[in-house]
Amino acid sequence: MSASAQHQIASVPQAPNITDIMQTVAEHKGCGTSGGSGKASCGSGAGQNDLPTEIWEKVKNHPCYSEEAHHHYARMHVAVAPACNIQCNYCNRKYDCANESRPGVVSEKLTPEQAAKKVLAVASTIPQMTVLGIAGPGDPLANPEKTFKTFELIAKTAPDIKLCLSTNGLALPDHVDTIADFNVDHVTITINMVDPEIGAKIYPWVFWKHKRYTGVEAAKLLTDRQLLGLEMLTARGILCKVNSVMIPGINDKHLVEVNKAVKSRGAFLHNIMPLISAPEHGTVFGLNGQRGPSAQELKALQDSCEGEMNMMRHCRQCRADAVGLLGEDRSAEFTTDKIMAMEVNYDLETRKAYQAHVEEERVAKVAAKQQELETLAGEASDIKLLVAVATKGSGLINEHFGHAKEFQVYELSTGGAKFVGHRRVDLYCQGGYGDEDSLATVIRAINDCHAVFVAKIGGCPKSDLITAGIEPVDQYAHEFIEKSAIAWFKDYLDRVKRGEIEHVVRGDAEIRQGALISAA
Amino acid sequence: MALKIIASQCTSCSACEPECPNVAITEKNGTFVIDPKKCTECIGHYDVPQCAAVCPVDNTCVIDTSFPRYQPPA
Repeated sequence: MSASAQHQIASVPQAPNITDIMQTVAEHKGCGTSGGSGKASCGSGAGQNDLPTEIWEKVKNHPCYSEEAHHHYARMHVAVAPACNIQCNYCNRKYDCANESRPGVVSEKLTPEQAAKKVLAVASTIPQMTVLGIAGPGDPLANPEKTFKTFELIAKTAPDIKLCLSTNGLALPDHVDTIADFNVDHVTITINMVDPEIGAKIYPWVFWKHKRYTGVEAAKLLTDRQLLGLEMLTARGILCKVNSVMIPGINDKHLVEVNKAVKSRGAFLHNIMPLISAPEHGTVFGLNGQRGPSAQELKALQDSCEGEMNMMRHCRQCRADAVGLLGEDRSAEFTTDKIMAMEVNYDLETRKAYQAHVEEERVAKVAAKQQELETLAGEASDIKLLVAVATKGSGLINEHFGHAKEFQVYELSTGGAKFVGHRRVDLYCQGGYGDEDSLATVIRAINDCHAVFVAKIGGCPKSDLITAGIEPVDQYAHEFIEKSAIAWFKDYLDRVKRGEIEHVVRGDAEIRQGALISAA
Repeated sequence: MALKIIASQCTSCSACEPECPNVAITEKNGTFVIDPKKCTECIGHYDVPQCAAVCPVDNTCVIDTSFPRYQPPA
């Protein structure tokens, strides 16, 4: 297939052929103005210059709405909303394990009063915690009293914390005014379809107005309510993110239609997530063998939807009681027993001072990236590749290879470094002894990457990575990610030019499905 | 008859509690229970028992045959 034909497939959202994209396009449509959209930003990674000031002000400290912010700011969820009003085939409410990390899962539910105490305890311990979300473990709007009582208490005691919620949308139109009254200015709606025939394969039933609806009727009701709710929110200037679960063979191609439908109704950000499905979760999809997408399939779909709409690629599909930066989970530090025993000293000034420091770090990071980017000016190459980064946050390469619980993935081209995703991995290093099977898992998770950037790496994994065709890079330890990645890429291009190395296209990678070890 | 909740299957999600027109459902020892004296099987209120319709686990809110069928007042 010619380059222009590839381009057409990638940029015509009406008819994306994922398989074709997968097989023929090793280099995906990146950020920039390709696709004729005229939008020169890099998805939700877009910085201040790409967004209107009022929107930037709303998202700049929100890790779930800004890729850039998620390196610096933390969020927490409080599990005050256990009830749900719909059933999804990828969700099983019976399964609950502290070592499991995925939506709908929670270790203990809280009363609004306990939740308010917890928020204060976390905000005092983690000054970069800027966002409080209610995401279940059921649906916040199926528990409106508990949800809004929690918001009320937190707005009183910690007024600087942003409030947000994540809903399936069924009850949303009934609560839009209340949401606006509580100054909730970020709402996420999970929309997996706009075609009830497809919806019937995802949702066995919905409960609405004292009746259980099933099949196409249920899905029609749900999609109508979701889209109405979305329109009502955006009409009030409330920022909306749409989450979609990519279910291969069911809604993967259809999500392009969903993208168009939500974009036209004013959604700000679209987050396409891979289906999490393992038999041990006991979900319908887990039990019937429905697979999740591969890393390339997910990226191809995200790329094909990235027109005039921001795509979120940094979602960690976290628990409904998660605490911390998106890549970490510190919920075990804040169990009800522990927070009730904690002496909480909520000091707004300390939080402000800490956040001012974070802002300085952030500005330095962006400046370093810009500076390095200038050295790429004049380079002409079609090469685009992925690299994995071990980081603990702050936009730095500051994690040991063996300690990394996840790798962030950047796409490098002469256009710069673009965040395109992350891969969760089991802890490779446990007690300092390398474990061969864990290393194999890590390699499968980043198999589509040409290099992995780490703060430190042992000799054994280093040679195994090289054998697998992934270059371990440790000379940028504790430096900024994007600046370092661009510098390495420039050197890579030089090495290719000099004939020292040959650029080879990498294969696909695995998205982790099983239960995760949440050792903090 | 009244409905009962199979405790071993209850996820304690609380969805049933506010749906009950008779306020017959309360939380007890981590799961929810139906007071058979208050339960009317939703007769006279709705077409179907609300707890069973909203419960996320199939066959968890079920008819308890040890109680006589609810008789609505004439």
